[in-house]
Amino acid sequence: MSTRDEILARVRRGQPAAVACPPLPGFAQGDRRQRAGFAAFAEALQRMGGRVAAPPADGSLASAIATLYPQARVVCSATAEVAGNRPLSAIRRPADLDDVDLGIVRAAFGVAETGSLLLTEDHLGVEALGFLAQHLLVLLDPAQVVPDVHDAYRDAAFEHARYVILMTGPSATADIEGVLIHGAQGVRSLTVLPWPQPGP
Amino acid sequence: MSTPIDHAEASSGFIAAKDHLEFHDRRLWDLRCKRDRATAAIPEWESMRELASAIKAHTLSHLADYLEQFERAAQANGATVHWARDAAEHNQIVHEILAARGARTLVKSKSMLTDECEMRPFLEQRGISVIETDLGERIQQLDDEPPSHIVVPAVHKLRGDVAAVFARTLGTDPDDDDPHRLAEAQRRTTRPSFLSADAGMTGANFAVAQTGAIVVCTNEGNADLSVHLPRLYIASVGIEKLLPRTEHVALFVRMLSRSALGSPITQMTSHFRVPRPGTEMHIVLVDNGRSERLAMPAFWPSLKCIRCGACMNTCPVYRRSGGLSYGSTYSGPIGVIIDPAYDLRKYSALPFASTLNGSCTAVCPVKIDIHDQIFRWRQVIAQRQVLPFAKRQAMKMAGRLMASPRLFRAAVEAAGAGAEHLPRVMLYNRFNAWGRQREVPAAPAMTFRQWWLKNRAAARDEGQP
Repeated sequence: MSTRDEILARVRRGQPAAVACPPLPGFAQGDRRQRAGFAAFAEALQRMGGRVAAPPADGSLASAIATLYPQARVVCSATAEVAGNRPLSAIRRPADLDDVDLGIVRAAFGVAETGSLLLTEDHLGVEALGFLAQHLLVLLDPAQVVPDVHDAYRDAAFEHARYVILMTGPSATADIEGVLIHGAQGVRSLTVLPWPQPGP
Repeated sequence: MSTPIDHAEASSGFIAAKDHLEFHDRRLWDLRCKRDRATAAIPEWESMRELASAIKAHTLSHLADYLEQFERAAQANGATVHWARDAAEHNQIVHEILAARGARTLVKSKSMLTDECEMRPFLEQRGISVIETDLGERIQQLDDEPPSHIVVPAVHKLRGDVAAVFARTLGTDPDDDDPHRLAEAQRRTTRPSFLSADAGMTGANFAVAQTGAIVVCTNEGNADLSVHLPRLYIASVGIEKLLPRTEHVALFVRMLSRSALGSPITQMTSHFRVPRPGTEMHIVLVDNGRSERLAMPAFWPSLKCIRCGACMNTCPVYRRSGGLSYGSTYSGPIGVIIDPAYDLRKYSALPFASTLNGSCTAVCPVKIDIHDQIFRWRQVIAQRQVLPFAKRQAMKMAGRLMASPRLFRAAVEAAGAGAEHLPRVMLYNRFNAWGRQREVPAAPAMTFRQWWLKNRAAARDEGQP
């Protein structure tokens, strides 16, 4: 008997008596859904170490980015709304992103409960961009915020995308004496810029 | 035959290091308090625990079907699925995958399963360099020590210890124990490994039967770097990690980090389903004693565990003895009920490393009856005569006393009177574990029974409440 069949047979023999699967109710109802908009998202994200930038007064993305990241030399953008100076088409293998100072992506939506952003390989262009870049700027349409994590998991990306991440602030660690440090292995900072999705 | 772990003896070194002990106790209690605040903010928290427990029970009671469904979905996604009976077969499979592709370097995120299988030494003996990329797990690897906690592997170390380990192994300044600079040193020295590794590896927090997705929760982003850079990705998954559908992941994701660290979610909650074009994804489904545990009527609920560590953080014995003293990958209350199923003789002392206060059960997000299981393991151990001699004799004596109200009363009264007058050596000697590290409290002037007879018995006889 193959290992596979042996394990399955042993599991089938040992399983406890069948228990029904309970349905999941929608927990967030009524005004809890009303309150769960962009402001709630921004507050939750900041608690997780993320930042929220004010939309630029002059309506120019380029000037907003220049103001936010005056030091950034290598900028790689995965959204057509911004031109960086390291085009994704120049990336042969993910490790080529090693020297990227700033990655720019657009998220599908935000989650008010946790401050999370949903990103897939389509949003990241090259998946590693969300982790190798030193800093990450995320454009988010303020109208695209779902109330809670249950809503987030109803998105079709979980069935169709190769890869889905709920990213909630920058990478972090507290493995040494519980001291919270942002910029563990992934991005050192994550900033959300509220910016409506351009029309089709 | 395995040597039994003497938990009390093993913890004596930890207890002797006073600074470490106090910090450990405080740090883990702080995690417990953060967990309390996070869960109190969710009105539906208790219904979520009920649901999570029931969904796990449902999944485990249909586990064979869900494993087959997961396998079909993963294969349809383009992943290769392997099955491992035990740790040895797991290590063999991983080695074969790596060796067949000439892979010499492996970057990996934290996986208790690979620690359980002792995979790292197995691969290293075969010429494969394995780099742990979680900061805590890396500290432990460089110090050649197993993790002491399933969520915070180096929680028993102070910053000075980390500075010493890094100075020895990474060449940092031994006098610089600033946590920010130590973390930066690890980031700087690990990054080249991410960029050049031949293969990457993760464990799994959850595996979704419906979609074949592997869900990995980290704060450092190291799992994503381990997967997204190399051309080969291997996920090691215990068979109990399955969840039926994507919607169920939502419930468990809401509970995991709140229970573990008191944060609403981990910074990265990643779902790996389909390999990138031109790369390979392998999933190793590991039994290693799990199917056997599933067949134990009293102990199968321990398979519901989502490895949040809340039971460890709340446990007074764990906080004051340190994870390494349990001699197993799984320590604290969850270790106490899992480990004896692997090796009853080796871990026969662990179910006694508990006060049975029930706090572990109260915080468990999937409502495992942890303290009841601890008690049941004690019964199994007593029945199988694997109790140490002194404990067996003490229990026999206690059993005789407690079976007779007359003897019990006489003993209690005599002990109360006696403790004050006995020479210290009678109480604080090496045969009396209770006399180590603690003072016997002063006995009250009268026993409860004496107090009851004086104050209440008369009232009861007069028909008053």
